[in-house]
Amino acid sequence: MQKRLLFDSKNLDVTVKRLCNQLLENHKNFNNSVIIGLQPRGIFFADRIISEIQNYISKKIEVGYLDTTFYRDDFRSHEKNLKAKETIIPFIVDDKNVIIIDDVLFTGRTVRSAMEGIINFGRPKKIELLVLIDRKYNREIPIEATYVGKKVNTTESQKIEVKLKEQGNKKDKIWLINN
Amino acid sequence: MRNLNSKHLLGIKNLNLEEIDLIFKTADRFKEVLNRPIKKVPSLRHITVANIFFENSTRTKLSFELAEKRLSAEILNFSSSISSVKKGESLLDTVKNILVMKVDMLVIRHSSPGVPHFISKNVNASVINAGDGTHEHPSQALLDAYSIKEKLGRIKDKKIVIIGDIIHSRVAISNIYALQKLGAKVMVCGPTTLVPKYIANLGVIIERDIKKALEWCDVANVLRIQLERQEVKYFPSLREYILYFRIDRNLLKSVKKEPIIMHPGPINRGVEISSDVADSTNSIILNQVENGVAIRMAILYLLSLKKK
Repeated sequence: MQKRLLFDSKNLDVTVKRLCNQLLENHKNFNNSVIIGLQPRGIFFADRIISEIQNYISKKIEVGYLDTTFYRDDFRSHEKNLKAKETIIPFIVDDKNVIIIDDVLFTGRTVRSAMEGIINFGRPKKIELLVLIDRKYNREIPIEATYVGKKVNTTESQKIEVKLKEQGNKKDKIWLINN
Repeated sequence: MRNLNSKHLLGIKNLNLEEIDLIFKTADRFKEVLNRPIKKVPSLRHITVANIFFENSTRTKLSFELAEKRLSAEILNFSSSISSVKKGESLLDTVKNILVMKVDMLVIRHSSPGVPHFISKNVNASVINAGDGTHEHPSQALLDAYSIKEKLGRIKDKKIVIIGDIIHSRVAISNIYALQKLGAKVMVCGPTTLVPKYIANLGVIIERDIKKALEWCDVANVLRIQLERQEVKYFPSLREYILYFRIDRNLLKSVKKEPIIMHPGPINRGVEISSDVADSTNSIILNQVENGVAIRMAILYLLSLKKK
């Protein structure tokens, strides 16, 4: 099994800062923008991005977490059944600019189900997607990210292993694994 | 734990604590879904569910039907009073004919104990017991325990008394199993004729005096007097039952206690419980009904994962 390190704590910080600057460019003071992190790991990035942006903006940015399990089209075919995690959307999404945040964009199916989920809460003005890692060439549906941390060429059999401090790890480490 | 062990839900007796916890956690998620502007998820859109009711029901049938609709399942409703059962078709033939129309899950209520078990052994679909005679009513017990947990924060070490017609009650049996698995202390209270002797084997406390029972408990689950199942007289008169066992404001005042009041419905108002208690702030009777939909969504969802 070969592993290649994609991110450690240091360059993850740099990338998160860059993504925040891009968000600030487009959303200015976040007056009409909200952030929705996807369970399970997208919520950690959502929290990191929020705390970074709050260094520039004094107004409290609204953040929600969405679990997409109930909207997936493949939950029954997964080897291990997906256990639903908490969804908290403590704001109205109608007419808002919604930024979906997730760790890895792979087939695009999670994002598709996330959009279906968000639409069940109302009609946003706009939906954008921010991902830390974009696995190019693996898309099964036509979905692209608005903001990307790093683009990686991967094959279907490779895996991305995300280990974050928030999950109880000592250091942030994100690996690309060849099976 | 990621899923239930069996593809059927026939009773609480065979569920373990982890499975009950999983159902509760999944119900938490669905309760949130039920508060969204669009209270529907597409999880069961490939699944057809038949609700087969050989016995009357209001809450359970509506609750299951709504849970199925909120999960986007296809629904088939069958009620024996308007079917060919009246023409003499056997139970298994009826069910097999329904299944051949590509039904994936069956929600079954029947007045004879064991019918869901019998059907589950003879068909390929998932079977959910929605009440079988005087045996079990698992979804009711789960929603009762879930409602207690929601109100009191936990069930472990809480004292719960089940009052009234124990001998005819599938709700009582399923509640005893569920609450004991969750660590509660359970008591039953009612007239001697309505509390079967064997119930002591389940490890419950038996109390004849309603006042003592109310003084002891944190939660009082009041059962309906099931007049339709009483072929012989179990007490001299309804008036006598009311005098000795009805929960009303005066009785609660006399024991200086405000337990949480539950009732699985339908209520015989003025018989086992008075309106001033049933509608009081300590009553969670309507919360039980509301939670019923989330619990049944969780059951249907988890069992649907068994179908690959």
